[in-house]
Amino acid sequence: MKRIEAVNDFVIKFANVNGSGSASANELFAKAILRMGVPVSPRNIFPSNIQGLPTWYEVRVTEKGWLGRRGGIDMMVAMNPQTWEADVAELEPGGYLFYDSTRPLPPAKFRDDINVIGMPLTEICNAVYTDARQRQLFKNIVYVGALSVLMEIEPEVIEKLFGEQYKGKEKLLSSNVQALHLGRDFAKEHLQWPIGLRVKRADNVGNKIFVDGNSAAALGCVYGGATVAAWYPITPSSSCAEAFQKYCMKMRVDPNTGQNKFAIVQAEDEIASIGMVVGAGWNGARAFTATSGPGISLMTEFIGLAYFAEIPVTIIDVQRGGPSTGMPTRTQQADILACAYASHGDTKHVLLLPEDPAECFEHAAAALDLADRLQTPVFLMTDLDIGMNQRLCAPFKWEDGKDYDRGKVMTAEELEAGKDFGRYKDVDGDGIPWRTLPGTHPTKGSYFTRGTTRDPYARYSERGPDYMYNVERLLRKFATAATMVPQPVIQLGRQQSKLGVIYYGSTSPAMKEALEVLDAQGVHIDAMRLRAFPFPESVARFIADHDKVFVVEQNRDAQMRSLLVNELEADPKKLLKVLHFDGTPITARFITRAIMDRLPSRMKSGGKVEEKMA
Amino acid sequence: MTYIAKPRLKHPTLETNKVGYTRRDYEGKISTLCAGCGHDSISAAIIQACWELDIEPHRVAKLSGIGCSSKTPDYFLGASHGFNTVHGRMPSVLTGANLANRELLYLGVSGDGDSASIGLGQFAHAMRRGVRMAYIVENNGVYGLTKGQFSATADQGSKSKKGVVNSDSPIDLVGIALQMGATYVGRGFSGNKAQLVPLIKGAITHGGAAFIDVISPCVAFNNHPGSTKSYDYVREHNESVSRIDFITPRDEIVSEYAPGEVVDVRQHDGTLLRLRSLHADYDPTNRHAAMSYMHEHAARGEVLTGLLYVDPLATDLHTAYNTSAKPLNSLDVPELCPGAAALEKINASLR
Ligand SMILES: Cc1ncc(C[n+]2csc(CCOP(=O)(O)OP(=O)(O)O)c2C)c(N)n1
Ligand code: SF4
Repeated sequence: MKRIEAVNDFVIKFANVNGSGSASANELFAKAILRMGVPVSPRNIFPSNIQGLPTWYEVRVTEKGWLGRRGGIDMMVAMNPQTWEADVAELEPGGYLFYDSTRPLPPAKFRDDINVIGMPLTEICNAVYTDARQRQLFKNIVYVGALSVLMEIEPEVIEKLFGEQYKGKEKLLSSNVQALHLGRDFAKEHLQWPIGLRVKRADNVGNKIFVDGNSAAALGCVYGGATVAAWYPITPSSSCAEAFQKYCMKMRVDPNTGQNKFAIVQAEDEIASIGMVVGAGWNGARAFTATSGPGISLMTEFIGLAYFAEIPVTIIDVQRGGPSTGMPTRTQQADILACAYASHGDTKHVLLLPEDPAECFEHAAAALDLADRLQTPVFLMTDLDIGMNQRLCAPFKWEDGKDYDRGKVMTAEELEAGKDFGRYKDVDGDGIPWRTLPGTHPTKGSYFTRGTTRDPYARYSERGPDYMYNVERLLRKFATAATMVPQPVIQLGRQQSKLGVIYYGSTSPAMKEALEVLDAQGVHIDAMRLRAFPFPESVARFIADHDKVFVVEQNRDAQMRSLLVNELEADPKKLLKVLHFDGTPITARFITRAIMDRLPSRMKSGGKVEEKMA
Repeated sequence: MTYIAKPRLKHPTLETNKVGYTRRDYEGKISTLCAGCGHDSISAAIIQACWELDIEPHRVAKLSGIGCSSKTPDYFLGASHGFNTVHGRMPSVLTGANLANRELLYLGVSGDGDSASIGLGQFAHAMRRGVRMAYIVENNGVYGLTKGQFSATADQGSKSKKGVVNSDSPIDLVGIALQMGATYVGRGFSGNKAQLVPLIKGAITHGGAAFIDVISPCVAFNNHPGSTKSYDYVREHNESVSRIDFITPRDEIVSEYAPGEVVDVRQHDGTLLRLRSLHADYDPTNRHAAMSYMHEHAARGEVLTGLLYVDPLATDLHTAYNTSAKPLNSLDVPELCPGAAALEKINASLR
């Protein structure tokens, strides 16, 4: 029978039951491979449920460092009887099925074209452990031990990871090591090893770090100087606020006084959380909230207020499947339009679009600066795929000596020196007015903030010209924003091309891989990764310079494409949709196929783009 | 255009307070509310209270929601920053502002529509969080700004101007404030300034969440027979638990009354709330007693006013959060940013 043979290049999937304690064992498996210098890219696939339902952890082992999902499964660790049929069916022919053989299964339960490896995990654990929870938990470590033999993962690496995890907890350390060897000993004695899938020490990880986007964004907020956070729990954003709390407890408690240099409120709902952020921003503190689609919906009235009254606000939107409760534990990029135009009336907001945790960190700090500079809401648009999955990425970078950009805040001294203060006057021609903070000066610079329109001196006014002055200035401010936001990244094809592709955010790793696959097939495409809205000038130029531009995104309605058409008046016929929206992260296979399918046959063999391309 | 500035002329003989301001310095723009609206009397009481407390106007941040009542912060303390937020959500904005800078005094102004309907949740949560502020609801039992619909504080059986009878039971914000853990709870009447001014003074100096429900008749839509929030009705049914004097440490404290009739309550900052009890058995420091006393009176159709409950040593959200004494909005890079070396360590821990 066929046997998949691959070294450092395969996909393994763990099918578990939620609440069985498998998560940390599976992560341990992935980290051990990383420590052997081989890049991995794991993904949590979990239902909207706490306990008992199926959960999967898919690890792509990838010597080349591709961090998108590949598609297809080479080995299934099938620990969940509930999902057995589907899990077995998912395997590639020649793949490996690892299962708990304590209770024998009839042959009909297996497939002829796969390699079956049975190990009596329950029996082994029941023999060694008496406590029910221990029997359950250590089963996971035992299978990691067995896999380490089958795939030649170095046991020392795993033991070292245990050492780090259970530092100072000797008992836990030794019992985990024991379980590991229980699995290893059994495998060595009773199973055939190594199998066709193997891990070989390499040097392809370099100084990269392995972290999830929510922690990274939270850390970015710490570094960026956020002092007030208000939030309401919602998957997949909760771990961002929780990570902020954790980092603050570690790094923001004054060592002399023991006092906190931060305030974190778990509010009663998203309306209150954004309200608190608006209040804090109005009063000169850097503040943010983290939420997801339904939270954004609730926040929109306040977002409009912050836009119109010009108050700095940072919103981290970790997108999930919508609309409504949609697929709360799956990923999408489906809040683009809801955020770009959040609230009633004519509004437009700044969106930042990080591709990975490294950019989550960088852009979160940048968002706080931009919000202060522009006095407006700034959205950090991540998604479940970046937010909740650990990814290999460049290490976090910070330059000491960097000051926060607090924007145009007029001080008491400036007021005293007689500077004219008109809260909504465009003094500098960039559309951004000056503000004062409450309590600044006994007699000068106070004003009344409101959502209703006003004159340049913040005095209530319903006059048409005053309204026009305001809303047109806000457009000027938005144009200024386009020059300040992170600029797009362009990657030109190996040969000059009339084909372009635009993508953003978590699509990035799959896209990079797809471009290389296409290139190898003679299809050369120029690529632009958007990093922000408003679109800098280069975006319109990129579209103009190409005959056809694929816009790849993870939603049903091509929201970014709509934004490009709407804001740049780009010709819709030129922008070809490539859409992936089943809730799983997009794969290189999907992108490659979608693009190849749309190319005329001549192009596929290296010809030129034809006009009639769909 | 409805913006009218007040003439800045001041009479040279106007009396100044200890910080050098005249009462005029505590005024704002000219009110655009209906002549006779209870809300204007409350603005006047706030002006009086701040002047008497020698507060520098710019040290006050005044926040409100949406409604006639919520417009009033524009009509007092013109040198303060004000924020007219969105309908019913002033409490969250005030909470955020307060967290950003604990050194200012926070005045929240709201209406009964604003706080008892759309904003009931935020009101309740601000009380239970213990946000330090003086939260004043100008309660007229109707929606003034949207022209006369019943609000959630309208009494069951009371009549609208059009003669419609309200069938829903009313929400008593004082009861909710007490239940939610507010540490200073009072009720006033816009027609009784002598009682209202010391109530507001006590609220402003209070160390935690202070709430005052002020019955404030709407002359346009709710001042007719059949309304339980009209001037006449409240005057006839008002019963005060005590007469309150507010005494700062520098005022001479003379005991004019025999012990037993007087309860002196000293707050954190040394100010004294002197309550001349009108009801021998009323104890303003007993939350549960205050609640049942209030409910008994409400059942009889009486409006109980005065300082209903106070925990004079209450602390606030900053104490609970152990927030730095230096305002969060004044912290800068050296205090906030852990720096590149710490980041390198974090990077190392993620490999
Ligand atoms: C989200 C929203 N819904 C409705 C309104 C309309 N609105 C404005 S003021 C108001 C009621 C105000 O009543 P209240 O708070 O009692 O204040 P009053 O005018 O009586 O002083 C309403 C419903 C609004 N501004 N925003
Ligand atoms: S409508 Fe009623 S509440 Fe509004 S200003 Fe007139 S009297 Fe006051």
